[in-house]
Amino acid sequence: MAGLIGKKIGMTSVFSVEGKNIPCTVIQAGPCVVTQVKSVETDGYVAVQLGYDDKKEKHTNKCELGHFKKAATEPKRKIIEFKELEGEFKLGDIVTVDSFNEEGWVDVQGVTKGKGFQGVVKRHGFAGVGDATHGQHNRLRAPGSVGASSYPSRVFPGMRMAGRDGNDNVTIQNLKVLKVIPESNLLVVKGSIPGAKGSYVIIYQ
Amino acid sequence: MDLIKVAQNAFAVETKEHASFKAGDTITVHYKIREGSKERIQNYRGVVIQVKGEGVTKMFTVRKMSGSIGVERIFPLYSPFIDLIEVNKKGSVRRAKLYYLRSLTGKKARIKEKRV
Repeated sequence: MAGLIGKKIGMTSVFSVEGKNIPCTVIQAGPCVVTQVKSVETDGYVAVQLGYDDKKEKHTNKCELGHFKKAATEPKRKIIEFKELEGEFKLGDIVTVDSFNEEGWVDVQGVTKGKGFQGVVKRHGFAGVGDATHGQHNRLRAPGSVGASSYPSRVFPGMRMAGRDGNDNVTIQNLKVLKVIPESNLLVVKGSIPGAKGSYVIIYQ
Repeated sequence: MDLIKVAQNAFAVETKEHASFKAGDTITVHYKIREGSKERIQNYRGVVIQVKGEGVTKMFTVRKMSGSIGVERIFPLYSPFIDLIEVNKKGSVRRAKLYYLRSLTGKKARIKEKRV
């Protein structure tokens, strides 16, 4: 498995050879720095910690600074641990988008855009009340009955209701890789990925 | 925006240069249609009511009256299926999106020709 941290740049579309207009997302993937190598002896499990996106030293606290100094690198904004990465890694190694295969699929993990407090129609896909007329009033997007009548006479736990929507950690699986551009560390995948432009994403292949 | 252009250029699909036109112009789009293995060209003539987007994702909408029914078709400007775009008339209009044409028919829906 190959993994990287990236940033969502935005969406565009390209024409395929057959003339189809394919929606695609541009991701700036890496370069990432290996900031820690965890082993069974020292940590009890095997993992590689990668860092991405430089930040200024004055925005870094002392303990973080020491951690990055060990890897002899600039302080990084985003640090993610990867298990099951293929290959040998040493402290301070740089991992680039080259590790991805152009003919393949990737999984992209990110945090979706926050939607705030939303009703059940948007949040859970309820259909709302079907009619706007025939005596309906004020309840076009209402959830309907939640607790029935004398039995059970209560609301079951986990009943889907209105509330905070979005801002979830989501993984989109099997996105086709359309292009790997190592010169500018770009990865172009087919379809959409979670998050706003500029938000961090984790890419697995 | 910059990096998106870099990604676009990496695909290096050769884009045809078409005649330039604006909202209000009357154009004929020669559109390739594939039927099984055969390919033929269909002409679609009408008034451009909007041009939107930029770069490779630029799109335009052409409106025509088919009998008494208005038909609008949206084309990607750099679609490989567009064989040719012919500009038949330059229109003189005061806005970039001519949505008001949708509620007009007959003589009211005419567009004055630009005097060159």
